[in-house]
Amino acid sequence: MLRIGMDIGSTTLKSVVLDEEGTILYQQYERHYAQITDKVIEMLKHIRSMFSKNTIHFCISGSAGMGLANELHIPFAQEVYATRAAIKALLPETDVVIELGGEDAKILFLSGMMDVCMNGSCAGGTGAFIDQMATLLGISQKEMNALASDHKKIYSIASRCGVFAKSDIQPLLNQGACKEDISASIFQAVVNQTIAGLAHGRKIDGNIVYLGGPLTFFSELRAAFDKTLHKQGICPPYSLYYVAYGAALLSKQESFSFDVLLKMLGDYRASDQYASCPPLFKSQKEYQDFTSRHPKESQIIKKRSNEPVRLSVGIDAGSTTLKAVAIDENKEIVFSDYMSNAGNPVPLVKAFLEDLYAHFPNGKVIGSATTGYGEEIIQHAFHADHGIVETIAHYTAAKQYDPNVDFIIDIGGQDIKCFQIRNQAIDSIYLNEACSSGCGSFLQTFAQALGYSIEEFSQKGLFAPRPVDLGSRCTVFMNSSVKQAQKDGATIENIAAGLSISVVKNALYKVIRIKDKQELGTHIITQGGTFLNDSVLRAFEQELGHPVIRPARSGLMGAYGAALYALENRCEKSVLMNARELERFKHQVQAITCQGCTNHCRLTINTFENGERYIAGNQCEKPLGTSKTKAPISIYTFKKELLSKYVSFEGEKERIGLMLGLNMYELLPFWYTLFKELGFGIEISPPSSKAIYHKGQGTIPSDTVCYPAKLMHGHLMALKEKGIKTIFHPCLSYNVDEHRSNDHYNCPIVAYYPEVLKTTLDEDVRFLYPYFGLHRPKDFEKHFYEFLMNTWSYPFSKKEVAEAVNKAYREYARHMESIRDQGDRYYRYACEHGLPVLILCGRPYHLDEEINHGIDKFIASQGIVLLSEDSVAHMSQKADTDILNQWTYHARMYSAADFACHATYPNIEVVQLVSFGCGLDAITSDEMRAILETHGKLYTQLKIDEVSNLGAIKIRLRSLFATKRRKMYD
Amino acid sequence: MTERVPLHLFTKEMKETHTLLFPNMLPLHFQLVQNVLKGSGYKVELLHNEGAHLIEEGLRYVHNDTCYPALITIGQMIDALKSGGYDLEHVALIMTQTGGGCRASNYIYLLRKALKDAGMEQVPVISVSLGKMENHPGFKLTFPMLRRLLAALAYGDALMLLSNQTRPYEKEKGQTDQLVDDWVQTISELFQNNTGFSLNQVRQNYSKIVCDFSRIPLKKTPKVKVGIVGEIFVKYSPLANNHLQDFLEQEACEVMVPGIMQFMLYAIDMPMEDVRLYGGSKFAKQASMLIYTYLSKFEAALIDAVKTKSDFTAPASYSALKEKARQLIGIGCKMGEGWLLTAEMVELVESGYENIVCTQPFGCLPNHIAGKGMISSIRNAYPKANIVAIDYDPGATKVNQENRIKLMLAIGKENIFGNL
Repeated sequence: MLRIGMDIGSTTLKSVVLDEEGTILYQQYERHYAQITDKVIEMLKHIRSMFSKNTIHFCISGSAGMGLANELHIPFAQEVYATRAAIKALLPETDVVIELGGEDAKILFLSGMMDVCMNGSCAGGTGAFIDQMATLLGISQKEMNALASDHKKIYSIASRCGVFAKSDIQPLLNQGACKEDISASIFQAVVNQTIAGLAHGRKIDGNIVYLGGPLTFFSELRAAFDKTLHKQGICPPYSLYYVAYGAALLSKQESFSFDVLLKMLGDYRASDQYASCPPLFKSQKEYQDFTSRHPKESQIIKKRSNEPVRLSVGIDAGSTTLKAVAIDENKEIVFSDYMSNAGNPVPLVKAFLEDLYAHFPNGKVIGSATTGYGEEIIQHAFHADHGIVETIAHYTAAKQYDPNVDFIIDIGGQDIKCFQIRNQAIDSIYLNEACSSGCGSFLQTFAQALGYSIEEFSQKGLFAPRPVDLGSRCTVFMNSSVKQAQKDGATIENIAAGLSISVVKNALYKVIRIKDKQELGTHIITQGGTFLNDSVLRAFEQELGHPVIRPARSGLMGAYGAALYALENRCEKSVLMNARELERFKHQVQAITCQGCTNHCRLTINTFENGERYIAGNQCEKPLGTSKTKAPISIYTFKKELLSKYVSFEGEKERIGLMLGLNMYELLPFWYTLFKELGFGIEISPPSSKAIYHKGQGTIPSDTVCYPAKLMHGHLMALKEKGIKTIFHPCLSYNVDEHRSNDHYNCPIVAYYPEVLKTTLDEDVRFLYPYFGLHRPKDFEKHFYEFLMNTWSYPFSKKEVAEAVNKAYREYARHMESIRDQGDRYYRYACEHGLPVLILCGRPYHLDEEINHGIDKFIASQGIVLLSEDSVAHMSQKADTDILNQWTYHARMYSAADFACHATYPNIEVVQLVSFGCGLDAITSDEMRAILETHGKLYTQLKIDEVSNLGAIKIRLRSLFATKRRKMYD
Repeated sequence: MTERVPLHLFTKEMKETHTLLFPNMLPLHFQLVQNVLKGSGYKVELLHNEGAHLIEEGLRYVHNDTCYPALITIGQMIDALKSGGYDLEHVALIMTQTGGGCRASNYIYLLRKALKDAGMEQVPVISVSLGKMENHPGFKLTFPMLRRLLAALAYGDALMLLSNQTRPYEKEKGQTDQLVDDWVQTISELFQNNTGFSLNQVRQNYSKIVCDFSRIPLKKTPKVKVGIVGEIFVKYSPLANNHLQDFLEQEACEVMVPGIMQFMLYAIDMPMEDVRLYGGSKFAKQASMLIYTYLSKFEAALIDAVKTKSDFTAPASYSALKEKARQLIGIGCKMGEGWLLTAEMVELVESGYENIVCTQPFGCLPNHIAGKGMISSIRNAYPKANIVAIDYDPGATKVNQENRIKLMLAIGKENIFGNL
């Protein structure tokens, strides 16, 4: 009897037909575009026509097949289980299978202890991710593979989530990095994600087999895996069909007749049970009313004049599109363009200017400004007069439409920018740093995945009767929600409408996090490309319950604002390149690694026609060669210097390894002194870096833990590589008690992460992680003595231990005191010289440059006096909080915020650093906001992760400074 | 400008006028708890509202990265209050609260904040915990009430343990659930009549309960035996774990869920462990020791009844769990479920429940350590352990979760029924 296995994946449908002996008679692979039942029927009919058999064994597998199989009582094999069955039959020698699919990624360990790791809540590093990235680069997947084979260097790109990867890639593109290198870097990111995210600490070794679409189609992806694993994996014949083949093998139990099966499928109507929202438009008339309220004008205006018109030019080099306008002195747009930037905005701007000059041969440019992601490079390349932060550009434009504007919401390709306006100044800024789900490219990617253009797709949703209620959630999760909706029988129309609604909900409830719709005010201006989509605009009005303004040229607002800004701040003659200069314009890009410091930033050097250079990718000013006239005033630098005084050394007794991460950033002086006094040698792990991280990434058991914790695995490995046999990092439930909180806990990660680190080590390293309570010095002394006696056979006396403990406490106190003293000094200095002060609040380990990505240097380079929570907390009392104030490190932040609120010196801002995945900061950030806003201060939060890009963070900080300046004027 | 959150106490008068709402973490136990509260003169109601809109409410009023249990319970409460079914001037909320270094110690504050933002700040919130309690004049855990509550939880554990072992095998469908209902009824009546909660009476009733359950005719077909462990709320609450137990039972599994008694002993023991590890007042230790000893006797009574009167699998004692944990993780690891979670996994594997679903809210910090962090060590020690970690959060979909669980079940089946 024929055995048919069918693998219904997230994007594709695969089937395999076997004979009695298990020989493959036929196989087929197709994209299903969510029309699962139809495609299954089609494929089965085709198989029936090829084999004149009527009774068959049949089994379904695959992530999108479960619902169908359940409903129709067709045998179902879980897909990894099916893969394993196939591997056992075809390649029994295999040790490890790596299988990547549309949205799934799996590693299957077969030899030794069987183990399967699948991606859980995160779809980063899968086919969908590569798809998304190819779209971003504007190339086909095939081209991507070809390009990658010619790469020269690899950039570090986060692939945990498409969002993060995009925010890594976009600046690279804008800074002129070549597509060859980016393509290869994307593959490398997938490799890193798979290994770090899935291996859960298990080593990938032995015979490795690659399966699934991406690994079959991309030779360069396989090469990247081979290189990283130091292994030669194989991609066997039928590598796309292992799941289907396994399902066929597992299909023995039940037999079906083709006719019955096809009839069952034909009768099968998906349950049609899904949560839905009200339709966007109930009638054609409603839609007409709507469109007449929101007239759309072309975003592309090409007027022509031979008059000597005075023009102001604004260019908004966004993440996916380039917008450029020229306005006359009446603030009228006379020339504009709106184009996809295809990854490199430079030639587009050149073309725009050439075109502008051709249309206005006698025009005179009196001002020019650039804004957006590509602000800096465009400004440098074409000598624009101003570079302004996006938020200011948009506000300037919005005021032109409605001087009383309360709220501006701009949804672009991959970012959402919202600002609340109060008293004619930008009051709060919301940016989507951690989530792209409410953005345009999200819709676009979905449209494409389902086989439509974005225009068709949004049009489809307008009159959908029962839009799917997809809630508000991450893009990655949205894939599976859509899958579920399809399973439940939602039509494309209802899905399209549902996605538009979810974009709006994401923006409102995830990014802005409004609690009450009234909060936004009544004068709301929408802008950005995504609002050109009528479905989205309508969903937004429905959600708010009242109409909003969409400027007729809402797509051009950033550029228009820049042009207005340049007009307001005009000079006699703009230095923007003229037609003649443009003729000679040349642009070359080169990538190098900076050797200026241990960060080894990947730099892209753009060289222009006159030899002028623009360097991007740098975390500090060093490679720019700009000599600083004044040393920046930064407590971060001071703290780093303090710690750098503790250096590794050989002692008379055994050498102990200390990992410089998590709370060791504060307790190093303590443990260092303690062990030193007792005669031990000390080896401190090297400073964090990507290289250090990669050393340990294969041993991280939980991929959603914070980056500071993940880095510990690398530090552990680094010490091990140095031949250190004993490593010490204690578990500390409690922190020191600074009497600033009701209790004095550490966060669970800081308290117990050594428990996890221990499980990653083998026998040859002794890892010591005793439970200690530093908050009780006398008890600590006793317990530490016991610990020493139980661990080593050195003849310590109680007295010498007591003395060492005493010295350690004193050293720690001295260390903390010098930070506080320096804080006092810097603060006084700022007050005396009228300098702005910024308190960058975090935890001690946010000092780590690999964790803070050089934010401290950027702030200090702006002429701002930079302080930290631990350098100012002592200037305030225990803060008054609504929540339970019970963590020592966090209590300092509350006190620091409290200090900023009550200081007599007005020029102080507070910025909070939040590591992605930090569960406690979900609580502390709301509280920080409450403390600050109660006192009329701005709250700014910077979310940081392994992503090493400062772009979004700079926007936020620059907006903060610009807003502050404005506030100061008022 | 943001206003700070005021604290509204539950006054004595409110006992007469207000209805107390509380989330249904442990359906079986909380039925009994509800009856105890009613018996003590409170108007109470367990919340049963469900659906995706609860999550929406939660997302609206709680920071989206807050753990899922907080998000969904607060969502459930706000949804209930907004439903129009309650007079906002005559309703109050109860939330159980664990203390310690985990962010879960902040639920109550998050709830108050959410109520304020939703414009319902007049609704008083009472936190119930084993540790320090706020002083609400109208809500006092009196000694008689406390004894009944502890007994209620102890009975709940017994009923949960036994019913889970008969339901999947019963010859006549529904018999087990009927017996559970009967006992809930009986126990509530006993409490009403001022009896049934002393240690001796509980001991006697345990015997009867065990005998009753062992009389249910069973058809012992081999089934995949699955244990559920994890963060306490997601582990127990069907609302939070998408009806995990129902799903597993539909997939023809026998399910074991560790009881609440060990968790309470853990919560009482950990401050004592702090004194052992770090030093501190011996006096506080003595007070805790009294309760600890009292609860241990209930625990011992159940284990004894199950072991002597039936062939059912008995739970491991708290002290045995602690010893099991010691091989793998420090006993000082006490935030959230801490080492107890690791110990429960080990205990399940040792007692034949080798297949485990480890549930946790996405981004649950303690479970990065005691849950996911310990799985590889457990596997090394017990190669047959077949553990899947499932994250629960507003974005996780049932399809994805079930798919992963199905894989775990496929391997579990293979371990019983052999290859392919």
